[in-house]
Amino acid sequence: MLVLLIARLTVLELLRRRLFLVLIGLTLIVVALTSWGIAQVTTVGGRPMTRVEQVTVVSQLLILVGFMFSFTLSFSAVFAGAPSLSGDLESGTALAILARPISRAEFVIGKWLGVIATILIYALPTTALQLFLVDRIVQYVPPHPFEFVGFMVIEGIVVLTLALALSTRLAGMVGGVVALILWGVAWIGGIVGGVGLVLNNATATHIGTATRLILPTDGMWRGAVWALEPATIIAAIRASGPAAAGNPFFASEPPDALYLAWTAAWIVAFLGLAIWSFQQREI
Amino acid sequence: MIDTPAIVTRDLAKRYGALQALAGLNMTIPRGAIFGFLGPNGAGKTTSVKLLLGLARPTSGSAEILGQPIGERASRRRVGYLPELFRYQPWLTAREVLLLHCELAGVDRAAWSREIEDALAVVGLQDRGSSRVGTFSKGMQQRLGLGVALLGDPELVLLDEPTSALDPVGRHDVREIIRGLRDRGVTVFLNSHLLSEVEQVCDRVAVVDRGKVIAEGTLDELLRSDTVRIRVSGLPRGAKDQLAPFGAIDEDGDWLVVRGVDADRVPDLVAHVVGLGGRVHAVEPRHETLEDRFLRLLSGD
Repeated sequence: MLVLLIARLTVLELLRRRLFLVLIGLTLIVVALTSWGIAQVTTVGGRPMTRVEQVTVVSQLLILVGFMFSFTLSFSAVFAGAPSLSGDLESGTALAILARPISRAEFVIGKWLGVIATILIYALPTTALQLFLVDRIVQYVPPHPFEFVGFMVIEGIVVLTLALALSTRLAGMVGGVVALILWGVAWIGGIVGGVGLVLNNATATHIGTATRLILPTDGMWRGAVWALEPATIIAAIRASGPAAAGNPFFASEPPDALYLAWTAAWIVAFLGLAIWSFQQREI
Repeated sequence: MIDTPAIVTRDLAKRYGALQALAGLNMTIPRGAIFGFLGPNGAGKTTSVKLLLGLARPTSGSAEILGQPIGERASRRRVGYLPELFRYQPWLTAREVLLLHCELAGVDRAAWSREIEDALAVVGLQDRGSSRVGTFSKGMQQRLGLGVALLGDPELVLLDEPTSALDPVGRHDVREIIRGLRDRGVTVFLNSHLLSEVEQVCDRVAVVDRGKVIAEGTLDELLRSDTVRIRVSGLPRGAKDQLAPFGAIDEDGDWLVVRGVDADRVPDLVAHVVGLGGRVHAVEPRHETLEDRFLRLLSGD
């Protein structure tokens, strides 16, 4: 299977690069620091915390750490995806490979799978370690840990697929910057949509919906937030009215099945676009 | 062994925007030939190779390699290629690069180890097989690229400026490798602007300029000349006028240069010179050098 060969080659390339080691090292430092910080959260106003207070504080801290994970995961996906095709074309390494009996589609899908595998190699152990340490320190497990990892990884795959499609035509740096800007715009778009709900402003709500459809990264991030949010907090915030919808670190519901299907279709469509664009490309 | 030619092109053309990179290439390269594709920089040589390998698409025309239409996966199955811009994964070792290409080329798994060691030995990298490619000099990377092109028993090997980064020893090695390929019946398509390289190894040559083939044939056909040089002493004054029936006579120091003489008549010419009292020290058919011919072709002469 030539797809798997290219995927293996891509994983090997990413793992042998210093960037990956730096990323793992920095992440482990952050995991250690947050675990230490969470261990310090035991008192409020000089008295010991109640369990409810502790869960509230720890869960919200974990959402911020989760945002860091989502952020580094998306950025790594972009940094790995944006130069993956354009870099091989610019350096010339693609010439010898594509002159072999391999199709362009196999090459693109292999690259895509390779970066996804690397994302998993990075994300699974580090998030598992973080959740494990929090559990050991304060005996707290978020309500949906697997869904949290799942939504975060899908967010990474979405932005990777975008970066890869851009990589068929744009130089690595340009494609990476474009993908990151779009990722940021989608995040802001999610907030704008939430503000629209709060203010009952149809235009803002539509902007939010449109950005959620055009690039479903923020939608997946909201799913990850929901997975980390204890039911008690969701209930309390819901009771306080619609104001929380504008908060990018809060979600009361997971993405529905239709939106997940849309996200899957989006990924397939952009991967298809990447393949088509690479097939048309002269080398 | 197989009766389709190694390469056939029919009016193969490629246009990049306003630039006509290749303007109707027609050629047939028989199996087993060492074919030199000569031309100045920008003549369309690399474009032709990229079209043949399906890396670029022709604007018009068609071509087949090893009997398969270009662009199809099957056409690249028994083909080795050393790109002009050769660059191999710097994070892999030389052995790993060769292994990668064994897999890509569909070489039988049982043969990988032998193929890789053979390739390393042929290109003189047997001591550096475990070194990362990132530590290689340009010349060593080009040697590795040549090893990659030789993997899997190819029927056709396309070499795009294969000695551009090599020293004289490396160039000599490449010539030996190409001769070895000829002995095994492999067709070699050699893109080059190094005339001496082509002159020393190729059986057939095409000269391409501004996207068009301006001459094609065996080296002999291309460089054939009807000039003979005779080093002679003791020829009486005025005797050379009597040689006029053989061709146009010129003097160049001790040498008589006779142009337009038929090869069959050279012995008669020498006998005549001796009959006139000349002492003949040397007789040389004067072949045009490839460089002279090349420059004449490019100047449109």
